[in-house]
Amino acid sequence: MSDAVNRANPPAFENDPRVPEELRNNVFITTLDKLYNWGRKRSMWPMLFGLACCAIEMIATAASRHDLARFGWELMRASPRQADLMIVSGTVTKKMVPQIVRLYNQMPEPRYVIAMGACATAGGPFKEGYNVVSGIDKFIPVDVYITGCPPRPEALLHSFIKLQEKIEKQSLRTVPWYRPGEDDVVPVPVLGPDLIDMRRAEEIRQKAAVAQEQA
Amino acid sequence: MAEETKPAAPAAPAAKPAAAKPAAGHGATKAPPLAPMTPEMTELQQRFGESVLAPAPYVGLLLSDKSKLVEVATYLRDEMGYDSVTNLTAVDYIKDGYFEVVYHFQRSRGGEPFTLKLRVPRPQGNDLSEPVPSLTSVYAGAEFQEREVYDMFGIPFSNHPDLRRILLWEGFYGWPLRKDWKEAYYEGDTKPFESRWPGGHHQLAEERVPWADNVNYPLGFDPLNFHADPDAGLYDTMAEGVPGLAKRNGNGSTAPQPTGVGAAVSVFDRDRNNLADVDELQTDQIIVNMGPQHPSTHGVLRMVVKLDGETVTDLKLVLGYLHRNHEKIGERNTWLHNIPYTDRLDYICGLANEWGYVLTVEKMMGIKPPERAEYLRVLMAELTRIESHFWAIGFLLNDLGAFYTPALYFITERDLILDLFESVTGSRLMCNYFRFGGVSRDLTEAQLAHAKELAFERIPRKIDELEELLSENEIVKARTVGVGYLPAERSINYSLTGPCLRAAGVPYDIRRVEPYGIYDRFDFEIPVLYGADVYDRYRIRVMEMRQSLKIVQQCLQQMEQTKWGDIQTGKKNYNHRVPAGQAYGRVETPKGELGFYLVSDGGQNAYRYHVRSSSFINLTSLKEMTVGHKVADAVVILGSLDIVLGEVDR
Repeated sequence: MSDAVNRANPPAFENDPRVPEELRNNVFITTLDKLYNWGRKRSMWPMLFGLACCAIEMIATAASRHDLARFGWELMRASPRQADLMIVSGTVTKKMVPQIVRLYNQMPEPRYVIAMGACATAGGPFKEGYNVVSGIDKFIPVDVYITGCPPRPEALLHSFIKLQEKIEKQSLRTVPWYRPGEDDVVPVPVLGPDLIDMRRAEEIRQKAAVAQEQA
Repeated sequence: MAEETKPAAPAAPAAKPAAAKPAAGHGATKAPPLAPMTPEMTELQQRFGESVLAPAPYVGLLLSDKSKLVEVATYLRDEMGYDSVTNLTAVDYIKDGYFEVVYHFQRSRGGEPFTLKLRVPRPQGNDLSEPVPSLTSVYAGAEFQEREVYDMFGIPFSNHPDLRRILLWEGFYGWPLRKDWKEAYYEGDTKPFESRWPGGHHQLAEERVPWADNVNYPLGFDPLNFHADPDAGLYDTMAEGVPGLAKRNGNGSTAPQPTGVGAAVSVFDRDRNNLADVDELQTDQIIVNMGPQHPSTHGVLRMVVKLDGETVTDLKLVLGYLHRNHEKIGERNTWLHNIPYTDRLDYICGLANEWGYVLTVEKMMGIKPPERAEYLRVLMAELTRIESHFWAIGFLLNDLGAFYTPALYFITERDLILDLFESVTGSRLMCNYFRFGGVSRDLTEAQLAHAKELAFERIPRKIDELEELLSENEIVKARTVGVGYLPAERSINYSLTGPCLRAAGVPYDIRRVEPYGIYDRFDFEIPVLYGADVYDRYRIRVMEMRQSLKIVQQCLQQMEQTKWGDIQTGKKNYNHRVPAGQAYGRVETPKGELGFYLVSDGGQNAYRYHVRSSSFINLTSLKEMTVGHKVADAVVILGSLDIVLGEVDR
């Protein structure tokens, strides 16, 4: 529990007569934020969910040599309901993105997303492809991006540490998932003549109408 | 360990791009040479007459009357022994105004494939072309390949049992591999694009295109007033006996149906009121969608299984969740550009894929790599096979329920092989090691010592250990023996290749039937087993690993006689010119036959770039293997096929 203890400010009740003698060296005080984040960052459950080549390196990260379990993240869950973290490991295609968004929506908050590799970040070598989405951040918010094609397992481990750093800085007072009235469910994109981002539906309709007039 | 002498990857092309110049070749003045006649071609021509079958440009026979196709194919199969259609694709000759459908028939006893072509006129705009007779009644292995041609070119196949889009979804606008179809981020027909050149100004694709995204919509499209069903037709043939679904198809309900995974999870929910109907309650058939996010599907595959209790009564696959447009991108790329892309086809064994592509281009260019490079190629490709089979067996055990423990042992060994790849090529998975006429780097002393240690000491020991733990394991045997049986004749008819075919008793291995590289120099066997079930597919992989080790060991010994550093024919070149022509080249990857059908018009990129992928075609037979087994076995059978989605969907 070491890093949850507020070492800079020693407990004020060290010599407080109200505290029984035998408890004086056994009581620690800290902020709720630190305790909460300390627990969260060491028990992330990633979702067992691979897309492409990067998934192979993700498996290698979880396997014996690199051993993700050292960070307390070993439990990969196949169900989004039990997962805290989605590792988008590979090329996001238009055919797949409705499923990814749906999985993201099904994850309980707090939830995090790592975009692993060039494809998940920005489309990568396949960006120009007609069935490829130029990065998962067009649809869902991403916390950490990793470069590489595919990133080495060490790079993935690095992104976990970066995410832990991010979690450490979060505060219960400001995190979005405890704010009233906020709902960050992402509308699931629809497969029509091409991929339709429903948030942009009105804009698409107007542009297509203008294009028809000009033609 | 790493050596810093020669740069591996080309930094920038030396010459100015010739993209502005009109491409020479198709439709140009000079007529291409006609294919030389082989005895097989003469036999077929005599049978059907010269007016029906004439020599095609470059290779194969051209069938002028497409209504005779089924008859010709039946003759090829029954009288001439071409018992599988190993490759089926199409080429869009836009200047000449026709599509050419290309068939490669293969004899399971070996030899070169037989090429048959037929032409259909090119339609206007987005219309479908004239239908071509389907070969599914003669060759079951044509099913997915014909669907792919339909999906990419809009060529319908008459009498096809289930003609729907396979890699894209129903309702997608356009036929992507037609030459006049432009992707949303279209910048030019050939790379390198002008804007990327020194002096050019590269602009982000998002800033360049009207929708500011990688999308394109038809004129006047209204997304707010639009009903889409990407799965249209998927459940049609499965609906019988399934409550809710049968009803839905019967009355042609117009209410928007949920799509994708959610649609399937509950067939019952969709028509909840019908549950009151006692007659319908009696049936226990349900449809379950497994995937695309599912731990057993080895990636993003979606299996739609119809269950009676726990028994699978029907199965359909939905592919394309990793369709990343390999072929379209490959036709824009220069020849050299494509090598790193082939790594990403079957990402478990990238080096083996590179060989297939490089071999085909070398065939067209008429060059051969030097001796040393040949050995390096064999060394790397066989180590890849071992590494891939370790992975396949580990994950087959995962599917059997031995969750991760066996896989961890095998991944440890695999990592050691990847260490060698990394120190030689700079990357663990995506090695980009092969070049036209050679390879990019030689092995240093330390790397050779590493390879020897693996080949002579460590891996043989580990394979013994693997067999000791698994081959006679009672649980493994109880779950796998007799499961997923597909007899040899059916396997051949399904165009199955690779370890799965050899486990059914057919000694078909490209390294023997059409030797490439220097495989004729090594002493090795093609292992064959006769069980045709999951257990034999596991055992054959172990046997193949031993044979690969044998090759690697001989290779390391014979290599000592070759000159160090002599790894490239000619000088290193960035701007390859491949003479106009067509070629089908293939190699034996750990998954089966990987073929490349390339058409060159003499320009600096491929006119047609088709990948015949074994994972994709092997999946055609999954239904027949699975029906009648329990749903838990469906997972195991899929695992025994050892597919990689990057190669399935491309």
